[in-house]
Amino acid sequence: MKRLINLQPSRLSAMMLALLPFVLVFFAYVATSNARLEANPNDKLLPAMTSFGEAMERMALTPSKRSGELLFWRDSASSLRRLATGVGVSAVLGLVIGVTLGALPLLAAGLSPFVASLSLIPPMAILPILFIVFGLGELSKVVLIVFGIAPVIARDIQGRVREIPRQLIVKAQTLGANTWVVILRVVLPLALPRLIDAVRLTLGSAWLFLIAAEAIAATDGLGYRIFLVRRYLAMDVILPYVLWITLLAYAMDRGLRLLGRRLFPWQAVSA
Amino acid sequence: MSGHTALIEARNVWKTYGDQVVLERLDLSIAEGEFCAVVGASGCGKTTFLRMLLGEEPPDRGQILFDGTPLHMEPDAGRSIVFQRYSVFPHLTVLGNVLLGLELRQSPLLGRLFGGARRYARGKALEMLAQVGLDHAQHRYPSELSGGMQQRLALAQSLIVQPRLLLLDEPFGALDPGIRADMHKLVAALWREHRLTVLMITHDLKEGFALGTRLFVFDKVRVDPQAPGAYGSRVTYDLPLKRPEDRALSAAVPALAMA
Repeated sequence: MKRLINLQPSRLSAMMLALLPFVLVFFAYVATSNARLEANPNDKLLPAMTSFGEAMERMALTPSKRSGELLFWRDSASSLRRLATGVGVSAVLGLVIGVTLGALPLLAAGLSPFVASLSLIPPMAILPILFIVFGLGELSKVVLIVFGIAPVIARDIQGRVREIPRQLIVKAQTLGANTWVVILRVVLPLALPRLIDAVRLTLGSAWLFLIAAEAIAATDGLGYRIFLVRRYLAMDVILPYVLWITLLAYAMDRGLRLLGRRLFPWQAVSA
Repeated sequence: MSGHTALIEARNVWKTYGDQVVLERLDLSIAEGEFCAVVGASGCGKTTFLRMLLGEEPPDRGQILFDGTPLHMEPDAGRSIVFQRYSVFPHLTVLGNVLLGLELRQSPLLGRLFGGARRYARGKALEMLAQVGLDHAQHRYPSELSGGMQQRLALAQSLIVQPRLLLLDEPFGALDPGIRADMHKLVAALWREHRLTVLMITHDLKEGFALGTRLFVFDKVRVDPQAPGAYGSRVTYDLPLKRPEDRALSAAVPALAMA
C-alpha cells in the first residue's frame, strides 16, 4: 500500500470523487425535506423538488400578472447587464491604471499609495454615498462594482508588470523603443493574461456587490428577487435562484479561462 | 581626443555601492571590430561594467566615451545585448521577436509595421533567422524552444538592428557543453560577417580565449583581508589574442587558470 500522499486518482475516479459531495448534499436535502414535509405539509423551509419545479415554471415560463414579463429572465438579464458593465469598466480601468503605475516609477510614486488606500475602503460603506450621488438607478450599482474591484485589479496588474524581467524592458529599449512603444508592445501584452486571472478572481466580489446593491435598491435583478421573496419565506424561489447564480458564476469563470488559453497560446505552452 | 577612433573608452571609472568599492581606476579602450572577452571571478564588477555600457548605471567617477562622446546613460539602439536569460519576448513568435527590432525603431507610435514596410521587414527578419539556423521555427513561441535555440533567437534579434556594439552577458552560461560549442561557431561567424564590435562577459576562460581577439581580466590589485569591500577591481590583464584560438597564451598566464 502506497502512502496516502502518493496516491493519485485515475480520471474516472477523480470525476466520481468530484460528483460525490454534490450527490450527498442532494440526497441529504431530499431526505430532510421529506421528513419535514411529512411532519408538516405546509413547511416552507425545505420545499420538495416538485415545489421548485412549480416555482420556476411560474417565474421563468409564465408571464407575470402585473407586467406580463417573464420575471426570471428579466432578473437575469438586468443582473448580467449590471455585472458585465461593472466588470468591463473595472477591467479596462484596472488594466490602464495597473500598467501605467507598474511601468512608470514616477507615476507609481505619486499614485500607488493613493490607489492602495482606495482599495482598502470597504465598498459597502460608501454605498449610501453612491446612492446619494448617483441616484438609485443603474449607475450607482455599476459604480459600486467598479469601486469594489477596479483597485484590486489595478494592484494585481501593477504587481505583474513589476515582475516582468528588467532584461526585457532593457532589451526593448536597445531595439529602439520609446516609453510608449515599450508599454504598447511589451508591457501590455505581458500583462494581459494576468487581467483575465484578475477578473476571474474578482468576479466573486463583483457578484457580492451586485447582489448587495440590488437587495437595497432595485426593481429587478436576481439579488432583488431573492431579497423580495424572502418576506414570504419563499425558499422554493430563493434556492433555484442561488443555484442559477452559482451556475452563471461557474460558467463565467470557465469561459474566461478558455478565453485566456485561446488568446494567449504562448502562456499555456510555458505552463 | 586621440587620433585613432576607439568605439568604447573608459577613463578612470569608479563605482561603489555603499562602502563596497566594485570598480576602481578602470581604464580600457575598445576599437571598432574587436571581439573583447571579459573574465573575472564573480563579484569582480564585470557585470557592473556591462550595466554601465548599457547605460543602466552611471559611473561614480570617471567617464565612458562611446565613439568619442560621453555615453548616453539610458539603453538605446546603438548598443544591443544578449543576456543569459530573458532576452527574448515570450509573447512573440520567433519571427515576431526578430521583426520587433525593426518595428520598434521604425514605428514610434504603434510599434508595428504594415503593408509593404512589413513585407520588407519580414524578408529581412527571415534572412536573419536563416543565418542563425532558426528559419524552420519561425512560428514557434520561445517557450517551445530549447535554451540554445532561444539564445540563437536572441542573437538574431539583437543583430537585426545593426548595433554599433553587441554586448553579451554570459550568453552561453546556461547551455550544455555541446550546444555551447555550436554557439561559439555561430557567434564567431556572425562577428566576421557583420563586422561587429563585441564585448562578452564570461566566467569561462576557455570561452574567452576561443572567441576573443582580446581578453580583459578584471581583478583586484589590492586586497584588505579586514575589509574585503575596501578596494575594487580594474583591468589586470589586457591580452591581445591571435585568432583562431591561441591556446599557447593560456599556458603563458598560469594565474588566469584560477579565474
